[in-house]
Amino acid sequence: MSADPRGTHVTQTRAGWLFVSPALGLIGVFFVVPVVVGLLLSFTDFDIYALGDPSVARIVGVRNYAQIVSDREFWGALRNTLTFVLGGGPLSVLASLGAALLVNARLVRFKSVLRVALFSPVVTTLVAVAIVWRYLYHPHYGLIDFALRGLGLPAVDWLGDPHWAMPAIILFSVWKNFGYNMLIFVAGLQNIPEEQYEAARIDGAGGWARFRHITVPGLGPTFLLVGVLTMIGQFQLFAEPYVMTAGGPLRSTVSLILLMYEQGFRWWRLGYAAAIAFILLAIVLVATLVQMRLQRLERR
Amino acid sequence: MSRPARALVVNAAVAAVAIVTLVPLLWMVSASFMPPGAANTMPPPLVPRTPTLEHYVALFTRLNLLRNFLNSLLISGVTTIVSLFINALAGYAFAKLRFAGRDRVFQLLVVGLVVPAQVGMLPLFLMVRGLGLVNTPWGVMIAALASIFGIFMIRQYALGIPDELLDAARVDGAGEFQIFRRVVLPLLRPILVTLAAFSFLGTWNDFLWPLIVLSDERKFTLPVALASLVGEHVLDTELMMAGAGVTVVPVLILFLVLQRSYIRGVLMGSVKG
Repeated sequence: MSADPRGTHVTQTRAGWLFVSPALGLIGVFFVVPVVVGLLLSFTDFDIYALGDPSVARIVGVRNYAQIVSDREFWGALRNTLTFVLGGGPLSVLASLGAALLVNARLVRFKSVLRVALFSPVVTTLVAVAIVWRYLYHPHYGLIDFALRGLGLPAVDWLGDPHWAMPAIILFSVWKNFGYNMLIFVAGLQNIPEEQYEAARIDGAGGWARFRHITVPGLGPTFLLVGVLTMIGQFQLFAEPYVMTAGGPLRSTVSLILLMYEQGFRWWRLGYAAAIAFILLAIVLVATLVQMRLQRLERR
Repeated sequence: MSRPARALVVNAAVAAVAIVTLVPLLWMVSASFMPPGAANTMPPPLVPRTPTLEHYVALFTRLNLLRNFLNSLLISGVTTIVSLFINALAGYAFAKLRFAGRDRVFQLLVVGLVVPAQVGMLPLFLMVRGLGLVNTPWGVMIAALASIFGIFMIRQYALGIPDELLDAARVDGAGEFQIFRRVVLPLLRPILVTLAAFSFLGTWNDFLWPLIVLSDERKFTLPVALASLVGEHVLDTELMMAGAGVTVVPVLILFLVLQRSYIRGVLMGSVKG
């Protein structure tokens, strides 16, 4: 019997640290340390020779960063990544919102089945469905060009044309991801009180006016959350170009992470690759802050 | 428009969206049963005229995909079970045990949520290499055995456990670990199921890290094996669709079984702001 509160206090402190220590140990060793070491690594010329004998790696200051800034490959990868983030992000959020409005519409039947069907691409294996889409995009036999020709539109060499390869990847990723934000929007829509719509209807507001003045403001916080989460996810573009285009054609789909992977694990320029990773981290942090600031301004 | 007419239009639109969404997956399954070359004819056939299992047979005999399947199963299973236990211990302690520094440490952890995992991957690879774990399942699993996200979710859920319940157990003389095992774990069951689904699917679908750690094709997980297979068999559409199906169908089934838990997790994870 230990009803003594002080005894309980001591046991709780001990048990508390004991319970969190496996997790803190693992996260410390395999996440915090690598991130810190990664920053240090980005100031060295760690390469394939250092892989054999780490003592040959030298500290080179900001040389990697200076090289990156003058590297056309990097600017290409940055441009491709930003195209994916700024083009694909909003498109994906709009698709999610549209799907959420449809799924949530009062007249729609079989809602739960529908929700699962639209959500299913989210849980599929990215590499596997990227391969499926590679064939769907085939200029001769693919279903997508077959459908386009059926509609009387010109066929497109989706993954073979440098102008179309990134849009093709964006389209694929919208299909893959829209279900996730759709669920979040549906929950947001259900939080908007029905009375607001009733009142607006009585005042004679049409469908568009109700959407503009009740639905959109009602979803305000959801937009911020969805926007930030989607953007952070979009910056990590890797498997889609790796599997569908290998970064081509003409390097038009190389993303920052793909460039980091190539530099780090194909050419074993680990110092250089680490610098790319930290530039990406800086961009993600700044973009997150900007987005939060913008949405706060908008709500005033 | 009258109400029935509107209902018809809305439902037709919804059905069209659902079909377009499902077509890639349905076509994958359908094409995997077509004989070689049949998918690449005009007009593209939607169903196999003469269904065959030959691609599945080839995958599991000649191409040894069973080994990759088992690798994926092992890595996802062990990661899920171990990480669930470690995250549950920590999440519960952060929510319910009183100790100095608890909230400070938790806040620091949450900051880590915004750092993409790729940022630490190069040094992590050097560490895994130093430990001699390159090209082993442990090398793939080791960094995923605890997760900030998992701890966060369990803590949110555990905050709802009434203190009186824990104090009553303490008065009865139960030790803290006993309380965790007998009282807390059963109460955490719903969130543990949710996280198990997240963790298993996340590990099964993961690509970049296993691609970096594994170099021997017998050790590959399914996604890595598929990505390497498509290099040699890019013209074998039907075979690749069978491979994609073998990878995707298990997770789709798991999702269908655990859909309630999974969807609850999506919504829980999204209200953290």
